[in-house]
Amino acid sequence: MNAIEIKNLTVDYDRVKVIDDVSFSVEQNDFLGIIGPNGAGKTTLFACMLGMLRNYRGQISFFGNDIRKSRKYLNEIGYVPQKPVFEKNFPVTVREVVRMGMKKPNEKRIDDVLKQVWIHELDHRIIGELSGGQQQRVFIAKALADNPKILILDEPVTGIDLQSTEIFYSILTELNKNQNITVILSSHDLDAVNRLANKVACLNKTLFFHGVSDEFFKNDQLLKQYSEASMQQHMHHRDEH
Amino acid sequence: MQKAIISGIAIALLCSVVGLFLVLRRYSLFGDAVAHSSFGGIAAGLLVGVYPLWTAYLVSLASALIITKIRQKFDISGEAAVAVLLSSGIAVGLILISLSGGFTTDIFSFLFGSILLVSTENTILILSLTGSILIVILLLYRNLIYSTFNEEQAKVSGIPVEKINYLIVFIAGITVVTSIQLVGILLISALFVIPNVTAIMYRRGFKQTILISISFAVFSVVTGIILSYVFDITPSGAIVLLLITIFAATLGIKSTGLIAKLTA
Repeated sequence: MNAIEIKNLTVDYDRVKVIDDVSFSVEQNDFLGIIGPNGAGKTTLFACMLGMLRNYRGQISFFGNDIRKSRKYLNEIGYVPQKPVFEKNFPVTVREVVRMGMKKPNEKRIDDVLKQVWIHELDHRIIGELSGGQQQRVFIAKALADNPKILILDEPVTGIDLQSTEIFYSILTELNKNQNITVILSSHDLDAVNRLANKVACLNKTLFFHGVSDEFFKNDQLLKQYSEASMQQHMHHRDEH
Repeated sequence: MQKAIISGIAIALLCSVVGLFLVLRRYSLFGDAVAHSSFGGIAAGLLVGVYPLWTAYLVSLASALIITKIRQKFDISGEAAVAVLLSSGIAVGLILISLSGGFTTDIFSFLFGSILLVSTENTILILSLTGSILIVILLLYRNLIYSTFNEEQAKVSGIPVEKINYLIVFIAGITVVTSIQLVGILLISALFVIPNVTAIMYRRGFKQTILISISFAVFSVVTGIILSYVFDITPSGAIVLLLITIFAATLGIKSTGLIAKLTA
């Protein structure tokens, strides 16, 4: 059974199509990289998958269950947003943040997930005092706390230094390979997606490509089309501003 | 005196806990707005001959819900909504008071607090409300802290964030009117804001911050009541000045870098 099945997904904002008839599936234990230029619909796609946006056409299923019919599937998902917004002085420790992700708090499990993301020694520090890279590792730990089968990450390394980014990617690989967690990562970093993901979905409102990573990254024609689309979107955004 | 101290401790506890959620949600002036709007309720109660605290509860709860609705429905900032409500409550209150024959000692006791005169019935009411609200907060602790920390992630985790937002303003509305007897309408936000802003400066986790805030609030309230009794001064002023002294002392300690060294 597929972990995720998306059929004919279409989303409109003010009669403008943001996602247009997108269909693809994710198998269990896949590491899917979702790439696409700014405004391609990646965040909207995640909003639909996470049940935050319900005004869409088509169908999204997790482990064969239509997500419109039950929110139970959310128990199977850990989500790491782009850059979580929180008050810098919010008086909450790393351990307390991870505990928030658990329906039934379990201190041993908190220790385990903090060790998994190599941040155990910081468990009593206030989250706002950590670097961006360390904060994102805390949010992975929080996402993992309730034993999800799928981890969804929306451009999680934006604004994070190179060394922290590499640590972050090593953790994702470990979770996917050794803990059998299905990972869905949206990113602008094609090199990282090429190294990490076994499957790629290239989105630009419609689904531009979906398949094995090598097929995409070894196909010069597809890469050229992708960079042209990215450039067009970049110019479009620049003109708008 | 005994009733005043028992009621004062309960109110200090309640305001610290509820106030921390308000401060972290950037709702610091919410207490002020609801208290000022309850002034209209108090004036209405006095005018029609109903016990003023009951009408104050009604009006403050309605105001709390209106602020939340305005913030959600219209593109108006929380600050602006609070300012509108604050002035409306005072304006309505002033008109009703002038209709009922002008300012009386009753009005002054609501404006500046009158904890030394608290009755046994009111002490029981304060203790029951404090107990009930703290139980609700304990039961919904994860939902409250998570939706305050990050609404988006809380929603993804299946927490009913909108309902929690309404619950917080509902609880805050009840807390404000309950606390009016201690410090009065004019100084109410001090109890919500100052102990929490001070406690946050110690850079501790959530539970420890609540405990620090409660300690400061309870110490200030008890000492303030005793000082006011001994020196025959108004308790509300003494309590708030003690809170401000602790706040200033914490600022001083923080500027020496001692807090940072202790938490490193």
